[in-house]
Amino acid sequence: MIGLRRRPRLPGPVERGEVALAARGVFVRRAGRDVLSDVGLQVRHGELLMLVGPNGAGKSTLLAALSGDLRPAAGEVVLQGRPLEAWTTRELAMRRAVLPQQHSLAFSFTVADVVRMGRSPWAGTPLEDEDDVVVLRAMRDAGIAEFADRAFTSLSGGEQARTALARVLAQHTETLLLDEPTSALDIGHQELVFSALCAEAERGRAIVAVVHDLDLAAAYADRVAMLSRGRLVACGPPPEVLTAPLLSEVYRHGIEVLPHPRTDRPIILPRR
Amino acid sequence: MTSTTETGPAAPEAPRHTRALRGGLLIAALAVALVVAVVVAASLGQVSIPPQEVLGSVMHRLGLDLGPQPTGPQAENALWVVRFPRVALAAVTGASLACAGAVMQGVFGNPLAEPGVIGVSSGAAVGAAAVIVFGLNALGNWTVVLAAFAAGLLTTLLVYAVARSGGRTEVVTLLLTGIAVTAVASALLGLLMFASGNDALRAITSWQLGSLASATWPAVAAVAPCTAAGLAVSCACARRLDVLALGERAARQLGVDVERLRLTGVAVIALTTSAAVAFSGIISFVGLVVPHLVRMAVGPGHRVLIPASALGGAVLVVAADLVARTSIPYQELPLGVLTALVGGPFFFWLLRRTRNRAGGWG
Repeated sequence: MIGLRRRPRLPGPVERGEVALAARGVFVRRAGRDVLSDVGLQVRHGELLMLVGPNGAGKSTLLAALSGDLRPAAGEVVLQGRPLEAWTTRELAMRRAVLPQQHSLAFSFTVADVVRMGRSPWAGTPLEDEDDVVVLRAMRDAGIAEFADRAFTSLSGGEQARTALARVLAQHTETLLLDEPTSALDIGHQELVFSALCAEAERGRAIVAVVHDLDLAAAYADRVAMLSRGRLVACGPPPEVLTAPLLSEVYRHGIEVLPHPRTDRPIILPRR
Repeated sequence: MTSTTETGPAAPEAPRHTRALRGGLLIAALAVALVVAVVVAASLGQVSIPPQEVLGSVMHRLGLDLGPQPTGPQAENALWVVRFPRVALAAVTGASLACAGAVMQGVFGNPLAEPGVIGVSSGAAVGAAAVIVFGLNALGNWTVVLAAFAAGLLTTLLVYAVARSGGRTEVVTLLLTGIAVTAVASALLGLLMFASGNDALRAITSWQLGSLASATWPAVAAVAPCTAAGLAVSCACARRLDVLALGERAARQLGVDVERLRLTGVAVIALTTSAAVAFSGIISFVGLVVPHLVRMAVGPGHRVLIPASALGGAVLVVAADLVARTSIPYQELPLGVLTALVGGPFFFWLLRRTRNRAGGWG
């Protein structure tokens, strides 16, 4: 049945600094309201871009549009030089991986099984040979190697989140779209995950991550994109975007920004 | 669950291999059990034929001069005209039902889905009953299978369309849809019975209860290709069915063409269920119990689950039919009644467990 279809085009090598994924003039409407209006965004290989903004600003919607789950009403999303529609489902899966906010599993597969599912786009290609190595590395990077044989459904929320992240890492794509990868994690695992993500970006991956924790964005992002009411209000290096006046306006709460005494990265504190 | 204390590169590998090994062992064990069940079932009945004579008779038919031949006056005849077709039909029916159950649970992402429970069996039975009542036989034995298939496919599509919302199937919606569909199908069956003559009435009644009494070689020949095709296609989908457990959206993001997989799954379910229903009627709960037991033994991976369920279903129905026709001398218990007696409480237990896990109905 698969033989009748065109063989998927395998991804070629990528250059650092090349545009991996770009949104141009993206509009998304839901129930007559613009959830996203005129959003333009680029993410390059080798860069960790964090999407921030208050609840309901359209962060997850933008991520859905970038991943191809949601078709924009206007505008287009271009992945490695081609609009998303020009790729097949499988070809997309070879080029970008998506970490959802919620994790569900219908049957009690083990953690190792779930991570291995990330390899499914590569079944039948030469890259299938790397499955075992990639799965092991992904489990180690997400800090879940020690419970590889436990049932996914028996894990805690944070452990499930890390398993899902390992599955996404195992997919081994050049572009990663992550919706709140660390919101369920304790501070130690938060740092573990973002160090791993930084290392991935260092290797030339393009990563877009939605986060709520502005300090994480300040500490790890190469660039921060801020959404407010469906519009992109700022995009640039953390010290330029995470400023007290802009944050106070967008979050409608007084916010102070101090430089970290050692690293000079911004520290964000609400006025209390 | 085995727990490993070491975290070196080899640690997660070892259990993976043991699990693959366990899957292989289970399939081998079930294959042996099926052969044993078939020989035992063929040797027992109103005329008892010792197992070695059963084997001998098969060997002689295969042109091998091995083992003793049946000695009783009617033994050879009873074996080849009555018993073997019946045992073969039982095996094929059981394999079909269990395969349909495993695929259906995978496609719906819900361990409670089963052709009997959600009404697909009843729907297919309506199609088959219509053919009998109206005396249609344009395509010989295939007419019944085709009518059952058409009605089964329609019912599966209907249930699938109605029971889903937002890309998933909730337990409550699924079961209520099943009740509604079964009610309509039973009403249609009732109407058909009302419109039919005495002979057709007997045929339809024995169907609703499920029975293999009408087994013949042509029936086996009509059902077996459907079972084989359904099994082959579902085994080819096994890996994608695994990924579908993550949910439709995640599966799509992993490159699975979900719409295509769903349609393939629905076609397989309709094909295997109708093949089973066409000649043996509604035998419920096989598709629920067997895949569930297999999952408990070797985990939910479909690459082992589907073939192991098919073998397990065959063993179960061959054994159940043996009990149905030998437990009371000179009388037959309806097979469907027997499976429901065992399957009903099992279903209840599963329901409670699912409910407790979900912390109420989620």
